[in-house]
Amino acid sequence: MARARNSRSILPGFGLSLGFTLAYLGLIVLVPLSAAFIKTAGMSWHDFVGAVASPRVIAAYKLSFGASLAAGFVNMVFGLIVAWVLVRYTFPGKRIIDALVDLPFALPTAVAGIALTSLYSPNGWVGHWLVPLGFRVAFTWTGVFVALTFIGLPFVVRTVQPVLQELEPEIEEASSTLGASRIQTVTRILLPELMPSLMTGFALAFARALGEYGSVVFISGNMPMKTEIVPLLIITKLEQYDYRGATAIAVVMLVSSFVLLLLINLLQKWSRRYHTI
Amino acid sequence: MAPAIATTLSTRTVRSPAHRATRDPAWARWALTAIALAFLAFFLVLPLLVVFAQAFSKGGAYFLAAVREPDALASIRLTLLTVAIAVPANVIFGVAAAWAIAKFRFSGKSLLTTLIDLPFAVSPVISGLIYVLVFGAQGWFGPWLIEHNIRIIFAVPGIILATTFVTFPFVARELIPLMQSQGTDEEYSAVTLGASGWQTFWRVTLPNIRWGLLYGVILCNARAMGEFGAVSVVSGHIRGETNTMPLHVEILYNEYNIAGAFAVASLLALLALATLVLKSLVEWRQTGSA
Repeated sequence: MARARNSRSILPGFGLSLGFTLAYLGLIVLVPLSAAFIKTAGMSWHDFVGAVASPRVIAAYKLSFGASLAAGFVNMVFGLIVAWVLVRYTFPGKRIIDALVDLPFALPTAVAGIALTSLYSPNGWVGHWLVPLGFRVAFTWTGVFVALTFIGLPFVVRTVQPVLQELEPEIEEASSTLGASRIQTVTRILLPELMPSLMTGFALAFARALGEYGSVVFISGNMPMKTEIVPLLIITKLEQYDYRGATAIAVVMLVSSFVLLLLINLLQKWSRRYHTI
Repeated sequence: MAPAIATTLSTRTVRSPAHRATRDPAWARWALTAIALAFLAFFLVLPLLVVFAQAFSKGGAYFLAAVREPDALASIRLTLLTVAIAVPANVIFGVAAAWAIAKFRFSGKSLLTTLIDLPFAVSPVISGLIYVLVFGAQGWFGPWLIEHNIRIIFAVPGIILATTFVTFPFVARELIPLMQSQGTDEEYSAVTLGASGWQTFWRVTLPNIRWGLLYGVILCNARAMGEFGAVSVVSGHIRGETNTMPLHVEILYNEYNIAGAFAVASLLALLALATLVLKSLVEWRQTGSA
């Protein structure tokens, strides 16, 4: 049977599948994304800096980046503990809890947002304990931090879990026969093994937290210069028909997201290289 | 001699130094488990409970009334319509992309996979913004669309487009590694036995990837139904017309109709729990048949 000689494969459908893939990718993702950059390219440098470096915008960057970093660190610490407990210990209900860890992935962000606000507002379940003690969470920076911690929770757990599961017990046994105590084994042998996946999880949680809107916008209170996150600032500018300002800020966020994406890919390559022992 | 050694070995206790360094001490196990459970209870379970508690805070009748109200029903219909279009479109794309990447050799594969992952890295609000830039009144096609009386932004098509963008990678990301790990042997055999391309796909490839495909569909669906930021930007927030369920929740909440907002939110929370259950079942099946 005569079939067009294809150096790639004898399977048919290459042209069709790749063509459709590229067309769909281009139309849905690449062309709209380029619109942001093209629009900003039309701005003068002076206008661009004015749009992305005004005090209100800088305050929003500080909040978004700062709270995301803090939430990422907390998730790194507690995510490691949760992953460790899920992989190494058994207790009743473990499978349910394991499944529940993915809740922040599955729950719509608006639902998470109003639930967290309700919990931490002054007459909420948690709020009414904390406020008399002087801890205001809702409508402050702390509220943003709590919401971002919720959102990033599964990332570290799910990147560390598989690595922990595949760690061979021989390493720990070898270390113990060489005279290490448990603490030494954990800190000097296991933690460095887990470091690539920990950092990948942190970067994923950080990237997600940076762009998060729905879970944060209810609990933050949205006061300009104080509790306004960058995505909200973009929406506010859109509502005021300041398309250029909104797009300029969006471009800054897009560039940081792409840098993060690159970093995450590199981290994942690093972790794969050291993963096979 | 041998029995003596055997006795010694069998009475060796767990407290020998060698064994000590490979097991966490009991106090550490208890402490870590307690910390992990407390953290999860505080951050995961508590918000989930408050959704349902608030939803029923004014009683079951109020809950039903809030959910059956015309605007709420319209938002449910719009959410379902969006999902019915966005998810199948992304499934077709995911399958096509995975077929091209997994079964053929060409350069630029890792660039292509990175590009497919792009929507993951973009903030939802920006996802909506770029569609406003293309189809909005001041956008590239704005004047043309107004001329032809087609409304995309601030209408349903815009919502569907933005949701499609946001859920773009889910199915592809599941299928690409799966099909790559499955290789091309079975497809080659089918072709050498005379199957056409479509036959090969339907009867050889598809059964192999069905659990991965289902997993991707579940994730895609959950994200599509719950998308808030992107839809918020492109929707006109017109009650009863261009509000999805998450937007309707926001409207009710901002009107201080807390019980009503949580009533609709609890439907979404139930969807989330169903997603988790389905996800676990599929994972269990996947590892079972692996």
